[in-house]
Amino acid sequence: MSYIPHTQEDISQMLAAIGAKSIDDLFKDIPVALRPKSFNLPAEKSEFEVTQILRKAAAKNATGLVNFVGAGFYDHIIPAAVDALTSRSEFYTAYTPYQPECSQGWLQAIYEYQSIICRLTGLDVSNASLYDGGTALFEAMMMALRHTGRNKIILDSGINLIYRMMLYTYTSNLSIEFVEIPVEHGQSCREELFKCLDDKTAAVIFQNPNFFGAVDDHSDIVEKVHKFGALAIASVYPVSLGMLKTPGEMGFDIATGEGQSLGIPLSFGGPYLGFMAVKNQFVRQMPGRIVGATVDSDGKRGFVLTLQTREQHIRREKATSNICSNEALCALRAAVFVSLLGKEGFQELAQRNYQKAEFTKEALSRISGVEVKRSSPTFNEFTILLPRNADEVVRRMIEEGFACGFPLGRFYKGMDNYLLVAVTEKRTREEIGSFVDSLGAVL
Amino acid sequence: MKLIFELDKPGRRGFSYGANDVSATNPLPKKYCRLNQAQLPCLSELDVVRHFTNLSRLNFSVDTNFYPLGSCTMKYNPKFTEAIAALEGFTQLHPLLPQLSSKLAQGSLEVLYEFEQLLKEITGMSAFTLQPLAGAHGELTGVMLIAAYHKNRGSRRKYVVVPDSSHGTNPSSAAIAGYQVKVIPTGADGYMDLEQYKKQLDNEVAAVMLTCPDTLGLFNPRIKEIADLAHNVGALMYYDGANLNAMLGKARPGDLGFDLMHINLHKTFGTPHGGGGPGAGPVGVNEKLVEFLPISRVIRKEDAVFALEYNYPKSIGYVAPFYGNFGVILKAYAYILALGKDGLTRVAEVAVLNANYCQSRLKEYYDLAFDKTCMHECVFSASRQVKHGVHALDIAKYLIDQGYHPPTIYFPLIVQEALMIEPTETESKESLDAFIEIMIKIAGLAEENPALVTRAPLNMPVKRLDEVRAARQPDLCWKKS
Amino acid sequence: MNIPNNIFYTKDHEWARIEGKLAYVGISDYAAHSLGDITFVELPKIGQMLKQSAFCATVESVKAASDVYAPLSGKVVGVNAQLAANPELINQSPYEKGYFFSMEFSDEAEKNNLMDASAYQKYVEGIAK
Repeated sequence: MSYIPHTQEDISQMLAAIGAKSIDDLFKDIPVALRPKSFNLPAEKSEFEVTQILRKAAAKNATGLVNFVGAGFYDHIIPAAVDALTSRSEFYTAYTPYQPECSQGWLQAIYEYQSIICRLTGLDVSNASLYDGGTALFEAMMMALRHTGRNKIILDSGINLIYRMMLYTYTSNLSIEFVEIPVEHGQSCREELFKCLDDKTAAVIFQNPNFFGAVDDHSDIVEKVHKFGALAIASVYPVSLGMLKTPGEMGFDIATGEGQSLGIPLSFGGPYLGFMAVKNQFVRQMPGRIVGATVDSDGKRGFVLTLQTREQHIRREKATSNICSNEALCALRAAVFVSLLGKEGFQELAQRNYQKAEFTKEALSRISGVEVKRSSPTFNEFTILLPRNADEVVRRMIEEGFACGFPLGRFYKGMDNYLLVAVTEKRTREEIGSFVDSLGAVL
Repeated sequence: MKLIFELDKPGRRGFSYGANDVSATNPLPKKYCRLNQAQLPCLSELDVVRHFTNLSRLNFSVDTNFYPLGSCTMKYNPKFTEAIAALEGFTQLHPLLPQLSSKLAQGSLEVLYEFEQLLKEITGMSAFTLQPLAGAHGELTGVMLIAAYHKNRGSRRKYVVVPDSSHGTNPSSAAIAGYQVKVIPTGADGYMDLEQYKKQLDNEVAAVMLTCPDTLGLFNPRIKEIADLAHNVGALMYYDGANLNAMLGKARPGDLGFDLMHINLHKTFGTPHGGGGPGAGPVGVNEKLVEFLPISRVIRKEDAVFALEYNYPKSIGYVAPFYGNFGVILKAYAYILALGKDGLTRVAEVAVLNANYCQSRLKEYYDLAFDKTCMHECVFSASRQVKHGVHALDIAKYLIDQGYHPPTIYFPLIVQEALMIEPTETESKESLDAFIEIMIKIAGLAEENPALVTRAPLNMPVKRLDEVRAARQPDLCWKKS
Repeated sequence: MNIPNNIFYTKDHEWARIEGKLAYVGISDYAAHSLGDITFVELPKIGQMLKQSAFCATVESVKAASDVYAPLSGKVVGVNAQLAANPELINQSPYEKGYFFSMEFSDEAEKNNLMDASAYQKYVEGIAK
């Protein structure tokens, strides 16, 4: 099945109109010597056959485990209306709204998404989305380098290791000096940071809550960062913003993050949603599409892609970024998700996450040999110290039906007995109870 | 339409989490709490559903309108692939589960592995990374691979060469990865100027990035010579896969002399464009570059068990947190399995037939940028219509009024008043004929009554929008007035 | 096409008006017209040293961004602050209210590399053909 509607007769008529004898004639510019050396692909299959193959594959995945793994990517409840609305093919079979008059639906939806991101982060302007939280952080860092003309970046080591690795990969051909500052009692180490901060620093980058789940108020640091003319960048977990002090309230210049928790399924790593919001003064340094409101020739409100001279299709090698396609459909999911929850629902979501994690902490701390790390407050994720190697415990817990957390030894030397546990609103009291019981039994 | 914020009615809720089944005694200290709650709209579920459903109806899309947007390959997106990507066995899988045990994600790892095998055979490349999250992201990954290759041989080199007809993402990706860009003009024959190209090539050139067929829709018969010249100075050949649709089963980048490439899955392999994403941009390389590919990579062990492998000391590292846009990869995999060898070849044949049919029937009415057999798209210039005051933009707006998504009009930059038409293989002769008739009608109106064209659109939710005002006084976030 | 006398022009359509030791700099009516409605301009910083023919500013319309090159070498001493909020001044009054910046130029002889009004007029007519 190749979804081609042409009959033999259509093809003959079309070839006649072109003045070609055969379809092969149309490929005459490809020299015979350059034709495929092989093209050994399977024969066509019906959609039923393909679906069966992939159902079998899906069944091999262990999605039945009760999930306490987070580490930046969370198992949240997704309202059915999110899928229903984003499954409308008037949305998903359109492309970037280059022609505004026939794309007002998309343009308005993105404008609404941008406005939602601004409200969540407490910042002035959002773009139309980026690929994911990691690439968004890279783009934010590049903005700071361009804006300041400096080349030193201070990274808090509470930033997800994967994101830090991505930053190193992307900059391996640029001359950038990175300094990583340690986490102390779960939070950003002020003393070390202030030692490194100087007038060569382009940006200081944090994650809140950090990779270990710890919550911080960076207001004091941001103030100092600005005194040195550097920018402050935060990577944030959007669900936590129903509760936590926002990047805007702390004075951050740029906030980015992974928007997966806003109504987007885990789907083994993607597609996800990178978001970015900035203070007004940085809007022309922002990467990616931006939608703006304007009026038509009758004075009626309408929406267009705007400030496009930042972008690659106009400025080519001088563009603010090379991004072209973004993650519009995921941004739409986020907009629908947040609209359904509304002001109260979004607060409630954050509070539930916090409360369930606190409830779980209390229950876990009653297991002898388990130490819940409490040096700083956390949001919906926290670390526990086990009396044994966490990898082993994780394996035993899989047999009990639990993905019980992320073993920190995978990323950090000397943390072999630590487990990072996430508890979202999706986990019931019953699940939490049997999780704690099983862990107690396994230990 | 009102904005969702303008529908706000405090007290309404569109979703309930049910009763809270836990109580926690330990509140978060105030110092860490937000001072003001986010001013999000309060609506019922029906309010939200009606709002976004009505918004969806203000869009043109492949499922509702012919969408010949050149360079974007707006083909039909089969529905069964959507159903597959929505299977819970895939959507519920946490990407870090393989870190707990590779046993937990065997199905998804198998899909990634098998998909890579298919892409290798389709393109003639030796290995793929599926991590890049879009075409441009693939390009950036590609340029970083190029840098790693040259560094490994002693010098990173300075320049990346692109033709002036290239996508903006090519020079932009090269610049972000730290290269300077050399631009080669297009010659009078529509191909990259070979003499200029030869002059620019030296041992400071790291790579040549080409789209093939190019953005004028032409396949350069001297492509092998171009590749040989680059290889002679030690440069690599990068294939921008934006136009791969026309090549399926007809030519493979690997056989044409390219060393690495990206594929836009949302173009060639029928995954939806999603209003601007998510896409996916796997990058394929030949033997020269395999050792530099990003980690992790999926391997198949002897007992048909799949695993993630990280031990590649020369790898450039991580370009994405995990394994790429898995949900998009699934749809492309299902698409390739359904079409099979003959189906994919047929895609290229009919995509090229459709483009040439449009070109042949319209060339009497519009000036062709270059009068040659085209591949997947044909590029006209509205230069003849401009003499009557009708620009490509006006033609686009008139088409919108008639229910057609316009061709690409601001690209390629080297063609003034460009009209870049890519019908794709899934459009029938009837839809092409109807589109052609309108285009012919517009050509006539341009001469007889240009005002009818230049005032369009009249039938849409909005008339022409003031883009100057949007740029001069940016209104990017709604505020209560 | 408005091409005033007594000012100098470059091939890239910048102009310079000499007043004592200072030169006022902007883009010509022809350039402003070709760009269409100007939406944004990025000016050099006060104190910045410029070199003749080197990049010094950017001017943008909805669909294009163009580099502006310094007509003379020297130091920027003032910028037209009006342009940030009112970039349309460049379209409306390219030689007066729409000037970009003023500079202390450093080399009298560089004026010889510029065109006078009649030479620029011919140059622009040549492009139009």
